[in-house]
Amino acid sequence: MALPKYTEPHYRIWHYFYLFVCGCVFFFLIAPLFVIFPLSFNAEEFLVFTDGMKRLDPDAFSTRWYKDMVYGTKNPWGLAARNSFIIAIFATIGSIILGTLAALGLSSRHMPYKGLIMATLISPMIVPLIISGVAIFFFMAKVGLAATHLGIILAHIILGTPFVVITVTATLSGFDHSITRAASSLGSNPFNTFMKITLPLILPGVISGGLFAFVTSFDEVVVVLFLAGLDNTTIPIQMWTGLREQLSPTILAVATCLIVLSVLILVTAELLRRRSERLRGINR
Amino acid sequence: MSSEQKILSTDGIPLEESLKKAEKKNKIKAFLLVTPLLLFLIITYIVPIADMFSRSIDDKMVTNMLPKTYKAMEQWDGKELPPEEVFEAFYLDYKILVKNKTAGKLQTQLNYEKNGFKSVLKKLARKQKKFEEGNYKEQIMKVHKRWRNVDYWRAIKRRAPAYTYSKYLKGVDMYSNEDGKIVQVAEDRRIHRILWSRTLEVAFFVTLFCFLMAYPIAHLLATLPMKYSNLLMICVLLPFWTSLLVRTASWMILLQQQGIVNDFFVWIGLVTDDNRPEMMYNKTGTYVAMTQILLPFMVLPLYSVMKTISPSLMRAGKSLGATPAVAFFKVYFPLTIPGIGAGCLLVFILAIGYYITPALVGGASGTLISNQIAYHMKSTLDWSFASAMGLMLLTGVLVIYWIYNKLVGVDNIKLG
Repeated sequence: MALPKYTEPHYRIWHYFYLFVCGCVFFFLIAPLFVIFPLSFNAEEFLVFTDGMKRLDPDAFSTRWYKDMVYGTKNPWGLAARNSFIIAIFATIGSIILGTLAALGLSSRHMPYKGLIMATLISPMIVPLIISGVAIFFFMAKVGLAATHLGIILAHIILGTPFVVITVTATLSGFDHSITRAASSLGSNPFNTFMKITLPLILPGVISGGLFAFVTSFDEVVVVLFLAGLDNTTIPIQMWTGLREQLSPTILAVATCLIVLSVLILVTAELLRRRSERLRGINR
Repeated sequence: MSSEQKILSTDGIPLEESLKKAEKKNKIKAFLLVTPLLLFLIITYIVPIADMFSRSIDDKMVTNMLPKTYKAMEQWDGKELPPEEVFEAFYLDYKILVKNKTAGKLQTQLNYEKNGFKSVLKKLARKQKKFEEGNYKEQIMKVHKRWRNVDYWRAIKRRAPAYTYSKYLKGVDMYSNEDGKIVQVAEDRRIHRILWSRTLEVAFFVTLFCFLMAYPIAHLLATLPMKYSNLLMICVLLPFWTSLLVRTASWMILLQQQGIVNDFFVWIGLVTDDNRPEMMYNKTGTYVAMTQILLPFMVLPLYSVMKTISPSLMRAGKSLGATPAVAFFKVYFPLTIPGIGAGCLLVFILAIGYYITPALVGGASGTLISNQIAYHMKSTLDWSFASAMGLMLLTGVLVIYWIYNKLVGVDNIKLG
């Protein structure tokens, strides 16, 4: 954003002030994430930068908290990680199936009561999590699914489907329906048409919605707090307990791993978005 | 149509009917695709939320514990002490409760209604074993002088209805007093109203801070060339994708008394080393952490709107003689209002129901209404009160959601 040469001085000052403000906001957004990374390699048990760390003394750094995370007995991170992945994967699959079907129906121009149904399907995203948590807990307790994996998976499907519905509907908005008609006129049955024509085209939207559902489930703590028993502890639950009781560097080690995971997810989501835009660009 | 010849399709059916039939078939097909999710959500989500309402007004517990008493009380006008039948019925009901060891619940419930009920009921539980048949009024009144006070009997009668809105009154620090009038609780006990106003205050200011910070950077992202803006977009998207707990943890490290922010303040000489301000476990912590966490939800809608505004509009404004400031406020700013509306409502809705961050960095003075709901769900186990508060919060959110839907439309929500 170079300014033209004829810019008057006070606009010039204003412009640099604007850039400075933007810089501060970006710093405010991203800097907190980078505090965790060095501190997770702290050799001491304190959550501050020790003098050794400031001098970059190699003895002040260690990987003991990562070892504690994997082998430590105090916090069952292994169990939590396994539970988190199982729950998130099944919740994602469920959300994708239900959400994609619903999005296909919603994108049809014949759909009656579109606005009302869309508002209902999106509502788990809008209703405060604490209320969803209370309501889902009452339901799961009534049907005997509280403190089971299945109960938590169902709860996370509820919270995850709105994301799939939104992303797939967005992908379908640029979808050329004449190609599916062409497929059926050439003798393909609806299922085949969906698998061979529609699905490959909307796949970026489906996967990116699935990513949202996965992250929602993997990061969800409010509803799980109501539903989880001792056997269903997840990574967020362990972190929540840890943060409430004693902020230990082991949590920072876990947090670093989670940041790495979110970087991977971000890259995937970004690539998918571009691919989807490209695909839809061809369609138009 | 009747005078003209109808157009027929190949199988002899009028085209109009045939088309209608096909449309109907398509309608059903579309609806069938939505049905699984709709049913699933209705059963597991919508109905349970509605069920919270029946739970919040449910007051059958006392009603069911004293069935005979309430039947006998139907005739009693509540002005003077009830007649002998009421005393007898109460004695019989209470005897069963003591025998089943559920009298404690009644004692607690009636004590909510009138202070001092617990002790007289406990005394009655001990004495009633030696009661003789007949003339229960005399015998009960002999146990404690409070049984001769008509207020206590009125308190029992007040719990007769199976439904109550008292939980909702409690949610706004009111109650219906002994004469049935709705009054406010004593001034030093009005905790819920403080929480409601604090929740609104925090949600409002977090929205404002997010808006003030998001507007310039969304503008920068929208106007920079693609290759730079993509890089900067990562700064917005990475926090967006990172676990909420991780971000809260990093704020806990930054804001602690020996933390980096305080170190920085000491270093620039803003505060002295032995006088470091407490920035966590109070409202400051809640504000700072929530603003950072919700900022991406403001940036993304603003960005997607600003991206569609052509830069030539500003140039046109300037070429017609407007100063950059005038051009901005007369041309650019009005065009971004849809994005501002979407972002602000989204952030406000999310902030008003926030739970995790206030619970971790908020301390006692930074907790919000959600924390109170969780407290009643997990600690006091007053689930009907938690439901009532939840529904009050939900009503507020749904009103905002409705406005949002009118202004932006839910189908226009974009992610990433």
